[in-house]
Amino acid sequence: MAHLQLDQVLVKQCRDLAQEIAKPVEKLIDSHTTVAIERATLRLIGVEGATQSNSQWVPQVNLIVEELRREGVLGRGVLHWFVNGMIQTHLSATELAEATALNKIRLTTFSQAPAQEIQEKSYALCQAARTHLVAQREIRDGLRASLKDKFDPQGKSGPILYVIVATGNIFEDVIQAKAAVQAGADAIAVIRSTAQSLLDFIPHGATTEGFGGTYATQENFRIMRRALDEEGHRIGRYIRLTNYCSGLCMPEIAALGAMERLDFLLNDAMYGILFRDINMKRTLIDQHFSRKIIALSRIVIHTGEDNYLTTADAVENGHQVLASQFINECFARHAGMTEDLMGLGHAQEMDPEHPDVFLLEIARAQMTRGIFPDAPIKFMPPTRFKCGDIFYSHLMDAMFNFVGVLTGQTIQLLGMPTEAMHTPLLQDRWMSIKNARYIFNGAKSLGQEIEFKAGGVIENWAAKVLNETHTHLGMIQSKGLFKAIQEKAFAEVSRTETGGKGHDGVVVRDPQYLNPFFEIL
Amino acid sequence: MSSQVAEVNLKKLRPYGDIMDDGTVQLAFTLPVEASPEAREAAVLLTQKMGFEQIKVATMEKAADGFSFFVIYARLKHTVDFTQIKVLKVDAPKRARDDIDEIIKTQIGRKLIVLGACTGYDAHTVGIDAIMNMKGFAGDYGLERYQWLDARNLGAQVQSEELLKMAVEVKADAVLISKVVSQHNIHIKDMKELIQWAEKMGLKDQLIFVAGGPRVTHPMALECGFDAGFSVGTKPSDVASYIVEEFLRRQTKRELQAQAELAKKSKKGDVS
Repeated sequence: MAHLQLDQVLVKQCRDLAQEIAKPVEKLIDSHTTVAIERATLRLIGVEGATQSNSQWVPQVNLIVEELRREGVLGRGVLHWFVNGMIQTHLSATELAEATALNKIRLTTFSQAPAQEIQEKSYALCQAARTHLVAQREIRDGLRASLKDKFDPQGKSGPILYVIVATGNIFEDVIQAKAAVQAGADAIAVIRSTAQSLLDFIPHGATTEGFGGTYATQENFRIMRRALDEEGHRIGRYIRLTNYCSGLCMPEIAALGAMERLDFLLNDAMYGILFRDINMKRTLIDQHFSRKIIALSRIVIHTGEDNYLTTADAVENGHQVLASQFINECFARHAGMTEDLMGLGHAQEMDPEHPDVFLLEIARAQMTRGIFPDAPIKFMPPTRFKCGDIFYSHLMDAMFNFVGVLTGQTIQLLGMPTEAMHTPLLQDRWMSIKNARYIFNGAKSLGQEIEFKAGGVIENWAAKVLNETHTHLGMIQSKGLFKAIQEKAFAEVSRTETGGKGHDGVVVRDPQYLNPFFEIL
Repeated sequence: MSSQVAEVNLKKLRPYGDIMDDGTVQLAFTLPVEASPEAREAAVLLTQKMGFEQIKVATMEKAADGFSFFVIYARLKHTVDFTQIKVLKVDAPKRARDDIDEIIKTQIGRKLIVLGACTGYDAHTVGIDAIMNMKGFAGDYGLERYQWLDARNLGAQVQSEELLKMAVEVKADAVLISKVVSQHNIHIKDMKELIQWAEKMGLKDQLIFVAGGPRVTHPMALECGFDAGFSVGTKPSDVASYIVEEFLRRQTKRELQAQAELAKKSKKGDVS
């Protein structure tokens, strides 16, 4: 791929600043848990049922954890109470969960088994869960090895084609996904129903109705995974499955994604804070546990920095994206993730009528590649300036594809001609995949032929963005991340430390907090 | 020279390709059957039923197993009488930002308070941001930039009831909502819900209700009980022009009513 000269000293300083920004947040993370982490813990040890109440299916993990939170004893960790319950009743996890959910049993009323016994049994349960996750990972890696798989984190074999399906009905999604795979898609993302990030529970079972997308449920994950495995076998190519691991159920979705062999998860606390108004403490704490699961299962995360450019001007605010990527990289590393799992996100969102806009877009895309050489960076298509003129829109996507292949992006989320109108129709996706295949093939090796002119527009623009990033990180470091977010450091959005949704789900860990997953994941 | 080219016949208007009145239309659609001669024939027959003739299938592509994609050019048989068309339009002269500020300053004398939000579970703020935020859209500054508007963007996923409570609290003059997600007509449902809440809270006539979004039109917004609706491509100054005009209309109406009231009373001689 093409090479861009960057000031490596400045890059190093940016990384150091990001580390200092992340440090106080990591301290907060390590002393708290959340209702979602505790629910994910139960899901990992096999509690997946739901109980009907007022004609709605409520997940048992919610009923159990909520009861403990109400009683103010969640600081010990759900496992302490739940495993003690298992010891006292001799019930399995599933049986106990059901009995508790039906109010037949109250976990806090049992006499306490010796602390050591509870601990040992908890470790054994968590260890078994871990073994299951590793086995699922190995099945997935086996499938990848046995089929053709062109994914390469460094993007050397060209961007992979990533498309979304979003009909609202998981069975219709399967039809759309298989059609996309036949046309040439490498990765399928099932877009969630638009409200789901704000639900504090995961809906249960297969779903056939959603708004702007399809609910993420364990059963829907299985249905789509099975369909893509089938189609992949048929055409001899491994197909990656993506879902959304953000919002109030972030750690639970990570657990389900790991168990059901997802490949990619969109996982970014910053996104939830800024664009969904989720409380910053809650989601950063949740994110850490999610990323521990993700690290073990070796799922590639996608971060949401591309979104900053949809609310803030994309020409002027490239530095916000890069600054956030440096911070996200720190949080991921803190959770034990390696570079090849960090799908840092960015986008081509500049005003198409800006003079020399492609030079600026190339500069930004190329510097992202150069600064994160081992990360499977994800390039998002134009959305902000998309309009009902689908022909012009298709052309914008073509230029986006051209920049993507030229600059060595790893994951290319394909733009749709009808972006401004509706969730993609089968024919929209087909056109868009044809567009990408044409350009990715035709310009496959162009990057290797290119050196950017020293002191030219592209090199200068990259240097300017890097400089501004350094200044921006310095500002954030001096104020602290939370204060900086409040003062609109990202995306021109302001959020406060105690504001936003889900704050009441944050719980201080007791000195005797029990959750072996924090050690063994 | 003009006699060489036929004049457009507004009484019988038809699409134009390269010869006046040729009726040329391009179509694209997918059939859920395998690409085959039978599929092609089905596409032609469907196109005929839509009212087309001289149908040319430009391409039939296999979009996937069991799906064929068509691009078709054909000539439309039907015409419409352009001279008889009436469209409900937002009724307000288009004004520039400075003029709007000046009008508010001189004729209203206080800042107009405008609340904006994406209601229901809609999380797509691109529309409301384009109208409200300082930066605006396509070189047209957003309402926050207006000196005589107090514009507050509440962002995404604001529930109708909350929005109205907030409107009461800050004594808002206008409420702007943006609806982007339109699957299962959720946008219409949410719009109607807002107006129902407004009626319940006795706010329907106190506030100016404006809706916007890719699937929103002015007549459809009126049907939902809004005062105006704006679609794609609307600039902040279009919305500001409307709000000011509508506010002045209501202000004038109130003044006239007050005068009439006063006149009635003075006739009775009970003005002290």
